[in-house]
Amino acid sequence: MPNAIEVTDLVKTYGDTRAVDGVSFSVEEGEVFAILGPNGAGKSTAVEILEGHRTRTSGTVSVLGVDPATAGAGFRDRLGVVLQSAGVDRELTVREVLEFYRASYSRPRDVAEVIGLVELDEKADDRVGSLSGGQQRRVDLALGLIGDPDLIFLDEPTTGFDPAARRRSWSLIQNLTNIGRTVVLTTHYLDEAEHLADRVAVLAGGRIVAEGTPAQLRESLGEGTRISFELPAVNEPLSGLLDPLSGKSRGRDRRIEITTDAPTADLAHITTWARDRGIELGGLQVSSTELEDVYLSLVGEDA
Amino acid sequence: MKRTLKLLWFQIRAQNRFFWRVPIGAFFTLVLPIIMLVLFVALFGNDLDDARDTGDITAAQFYTPALAVFAVGSATYTNIAINLSTRREDGILRRVRSTPLPPTIYLAGAIGSAVWIALVSMTIMVGLGVVAFSVNIELAKVPAMLLAFVVGSATFATLGVALASVAKSASSASALANATILPMAFISNIFIDLGSDPPKYLRVAADIFPLKHFGVAFSEAMNPWSEAPAIEWDRLGVLLIWLVVGALAARRLFSWEPTVGGSTSRTRRSRQAT
Repeated sequence: MPNAIEVTDLVKTYGDTRAVDGVSFSVEEGEVFAILGPNGAGKSTAVEILEGHRTRTSGTVSVLGVDPATAGAGFRDRLGVVLQSAGVDRELTVREVLEFYRASYSRPRDVAEVIGLVELDEKADDRVGSLSGGQQRRVDLALGLIGDPDLIFLDEPTTGFDPAARRRSWSLIQNLTNIGRTVVLTTHYLDEAEHLADRVAVLAGGRIVAEGTPAQLRESLGEGTRISFELPAVNEPLSGLLDPLSGKSRGRDRRIEITTDAPTADLAHITTWARDRGIELGGLQVSSTELEDVYLSLVGEDA
Repeated sequence: MKRTLKLLWFQIRAQNRFFWRVPIGAFFTLVLPIIMLVLFVALFGNDLDDARDTGDITAAQFYTPALAVFAVGSATYTNIAINLSTRREDGILRRVRSTPLPPTIYLAGAIGSAVWIALVSMTIMVGLGVVAFSVNIELAKVPAMLLAFVVGSATFATLGVALASVAKSASSASALANATILPMAFISNIFIDLGSDPPKYLRVAADIFPLKHFGVAFSEAMNPWSEAPAIEWDRLGVLLIWLVVGALAARRLFSWEPTVGGSTSRTRRSRQAT
């Protein structure tokens, strides 16, 4: 299957700042690809270059087989863009806005159908300005779908949502992916990427620091088991406890956290060490590592 | 071609709908010039003060075309400048840019809609003059009126796009539009007749800028002493030069992206909320 997106050595500089610093990736047709990263990581800049809204400094970009920098109306006819920052004419009703944008596409979807897809049936004849923030985001989503695009860009689709609204949007987005469309999603929520994406690229400081399926990402960072506990004050160096462990340990205050691939042996050593000294380890936990830990260690932010 | 025309027609109709949805804009564009015409006649009377034999010629015969020109100017120049820069700030232009709609069609729709509103406004003004203040229209000079309207409204619409290209924000577009068209109206015999001897620099300024030429071209078509067909080719020529200048400036400078740090008013709102 041909790739919907092909990016090689993409660079975008603003003066001395390298907002996007040599990024390469590809997205297959029908795939849901997430670009995950903290604010300012270069996600939006990269996606805006793919959409043709921004020029690049260097590198090659191919989207749907064309270069977005020079592509024309035919390219945008196949594209659905859900921008975080784009406004809507607030004086028009939901239906009118959709009819307005629908007219520009060569093979658009039905307005009523799209309103149904984003579950705004009851608000169809309300003015956009009177809708809540979450409902307006659904109007954005509807506008991204009205042209029946082959490729959809979703720029932080659930930023500012409460958890229930996020869950609802996720199921909406999954509906889109079920109809076989290629989706590129930017987000700074890890759980969103994990929930929706087939593949994730983690962007930090304008570079891709990790890429793969959510499961591969976990693995690439020494996936394993996390053992954590509270250690009471002891009168001896901790090297006797920590050095024989096969996993990596880190401590903060009294809480010690060990990430290990040999949980049975390490756990046995820890509990033996504690029992020999008559120490009770408070809050002892054994769990599999969360993608969150992987992510935070990648983008260099402390939990 | 057929599809382009269809898209354009759809754009003009849709943008007209935007206009009527915002009552304050409709008020300033349509109602304010009417109030001014009524006030002028009420304050200064409808008797014409002229050395010639005035017969049944009224003062409104001269207020009406001047204020109709002002109405056309604000329906095109002021409205387009404010609307486009507001939509840019709201990120609406950015959204339009992400659709297959050709940008020129969008701008042409904005211009076409403004010209249509201007036509409505001009018709109301002239109609009110005829019905309420005994203004005469001579059939032989109607082509000159229409020609002046077409050239004038196209010029001021284009200058509106040019102003939206220069203005960095919606509020500065609004301020710039009023700060240019109002003083221009005062020195261009629109609100008051400056008579024969205003200071020379004001006369020169008025002759450089386009509003006076539009005013004279339209007023001559309604002037009872002018001879039919009363088409002021040289005035229309100056307007066309301004049209070309405005179009070139807009072409070079018009931006679809918000200039204030690249963020739209919507991102700023949502950032404040979080």
